[in-house]
Amino acid sequence: MFKRMFVVLSLLIVASMILPACATGGTGGGTIKVGLLAPLSGQVPTFGQSTKEGAELAVKEWNAKGGIRGKKIDLIVADSQCSPDPAVNAANKLIDQDGVKFIVGEVCSSASIPVAEIVNPKGVVQISPTSTNPSVTVDTNGATRPYTFRACFIDPFQGLVMAKFATDKGYKTAFIMFDQGNDYVRGLAEAFEKSFVELGGTIVGKESYTTTDTDFSAILTKVAESNAEVLWLPDYYNIVNLVGAQAKDKGVTAVMMGGDGWDSSDLDVKAADGGFYSNHYDPGDTRPIVQQWLKTYGEAYKDAQGNPKVPDALATLAYDATNLMLAAIDKAGTEDTAKVAEAMAAIKWDAVSGTITFDAQHNPIKAAAVISVSGGKKTFIDSVAP
Amino acid sequence: MNASVAQKNPLVEAVIRRGLLGKGFLVALAILALWKLASSFMAGPTVFTQQVVNGLQLGFVYALIALGYTMVYGIVRLINFAHGDVFMVGAFASYFAIARWDLNLWLSKVFPTLPFWLSNAIGVITVILVSMVTCALLAFIIERVAYKPLRNAPRISALITAIGVSFFLEYFGALPFVFTSNFITYERPINVINWVISSQGVYVLPAGEAPPPTSIIFSNISLYIIIVSLVLLFFLNYLVQNTRIGKAMRATAYDKPTARLMGINVDGIISVTFAVGASLAGAAGVLYATAFPQLYFVMGIIPGLKAFVAAVLGGIGSIPGALVGSLIIGEAEVLSAAYISTPMRDAVAFSILVLVLLVRPTGLFGEPSREKA
Repeated sequence: MFKRMFVVLSLLIVASMILPACATGGTGGGTIKVGLLAPLSGQVPTFGQSTKEGAELAVKEWNAKGGIRGKKIDLIVADSQCSPDPAVNAANKLIDQDGVKFIVGEVCSSASIPVAEIVNPKGVVQISPTSTNPSVTVDTNGATRPYTFRACFIDPFQGLVMAKFATDKGYKTAFIMFDQGNDYVRGLAEAFEKSFVELGGTIVGKESYTTTDTDFSAILTKVAESNAEVLWLPDYYNIVNLVGAQAKDKGVTAVMMGGDGWDSSDLDVKAADGGFYSNHYDPGDTRPIVQQWLKTYGEAYKDAQGNPKVPDALATLAYDATNLMLAAIDKAGTEDTAKVAEAMAAIKWDAVSGTITFDAQHNPIKAAAVISVSGGKKTFIDSVAP
Repeated sequence: MNASVAQKNPLVEAVIRRGLLGKGFLVALAILALWKLASSFMAGPTVFTQQVVNGLQLGFVYALIALGYTMVYGIVRLINFAHGDVFMVGAFASYFAIARWDLNLWLSKVFPTLPFWLSNAIGVITVILVSMVTCALLAFIIERVAYKPLRNAPRISALITAIGVSFFLEYFGALPFVFTSNFITYERPINVINWVISSQGVYVLPAGEAPPPTSIIFSNISLYIIIVSLVLLFFLNYLVQNTRIGKAMRATAYDKPTARLMGINVDGIISVTFAVGASLAGAAGVLYATAFPQLYFVMGIIPGLKAFVAAVLGGIGSIPGALVGSLIIGEAEVLSAAYISTPMRDAVAFSILVLVLLVRPTGLFGEPSREKA
């Protein structure tokens, strides 16, 4: 009895392994399959939803134009949960069962890195829309992963952009404040310092603090004393709120600047008044491609009240990443993944988040949105390319 | 009395010799610190003075918290580790008073003809009183629920209970329908005015303008903190030294059983002490949040620990000691942040605790003869 059940079970398992493979073989002709790894469940399901919407819209537009060389694009979405194991399982399923050779995803760096480790030996092309960790595109030996790209800039890149922005505004001196225990902040501080000096500016002071500090009076007195024109503070909004409020009662007149850590509805616009920060994308950007994207997205997706939804950075970058992938396939003229990766590395594509080219590490070189905090409002003012 | 008896004991004599060694080390350290301070002052007298003002502002806030530790310890010999969290509750109470009910502006709404500075000042006093009353009630409840049943238990049980109360206040506060676990931007109850003190005299610095070189900035926030702290300190001193309750407190601190025999309601006095200490922490919460305008459910831990260090430095149980110790800690922190390196500030503050415990465990104003219960 037990033996017979075992045989039946084994047969079922074998069948389940063979059948999907057969299905894949049968329908491979008329479509190009693109996989999307999005965290539709887990800690950040809203990230996954936005990403899915952005990617689906890109695919819809390509299909409306007739696909690539007459082949329709088939987007296969897998839930990767922003977590290493589910992401690897989902990627394996996409590659082995669905026969996908092109993957957009994952959103989170912690999931994108293990996925990058399995897709490269298999020669599957991957582009992550939003993973900012440098190790996504570079392996542990420091070599660029040949098949992995990303559509967002990595964190230190913002230091470079804002150094350029500050120099363009005519500022010559800067004071740097950074949290020594935070890699994100330290990376931005170092990148800003290097670029600002290269562009002819002077760093008149540099002070570190710890994450739990609340009293910044000693540092801010030094900032006031140094007469710096720029206070580079690339930390998260909560520190910006504290420093900004205290700067006002220490006679600090330096213009505060920072990175996308400032981007929060909880940023105290009074404390950060007069400051500037960079971000991947801002809906206030006046470039036609951004306005067109807002319109398309708003028509396709409505919020709970039935009003057009405004795309967030995740949807925008997923849209850009999917477009980049499809454009590379189009440009390569073949579905051979080595050729597609080659085409992607050499691409120049007008994306919503800026015109993208790739550097040697497969990180995009593109403009960042600069947002000003003034009069209680956050306003897009410029798109700055390095 | 005790000290003169102790000197004849060879064992204690050895301890005193060791103490002298420690004192030598302390003197060397003090000389080094003074030399560093003097050279910093010479390098930039105005910046140095500015940093001293920054330190004062911090020190006075610590003083209000330290008083709560010291008063409670003086009477029940308990290090009330929940005190820092009472301070946090005080800060949040004032946040609700300001952001939800506009209590800092109530008088200017009722009597718009009054000069704004006056009605605002009275409004701010109202906000501080709301926080103080909230914290006093909270401390009263904590004392009744958590500490009173353990009055005759070993001291370690009460200490552990205090740590439990501390965690309870933090994580109850973190609940989404209480204070939430987010950083909350605090709305300052007064508008910032900066005065410039320079050789050209004293004047108000227009917003967004840089102060002239070699001048000192003194903000109304610093002034407000120093004035409120001093007023409360004088009140407390009056309460303890010149009132019947104060007399009862001192008697209870000195000898509980005898105090009880003299007809003092010892339990009532202990409750009052907790409530008074907590109300000072509540006021400190308002001042701290005004100086560093951000609230967070664990914001009380670090200031609480620093104030505890200050209380130990001043001599735990001593009220003037708490003030002097707090001012020293505030200055030590800000000056080491300014002239050594910012991340050193906490290390310096807590090294002071270790040094005090090694060299003079009774602190600057402590009374060794009281250590008998």
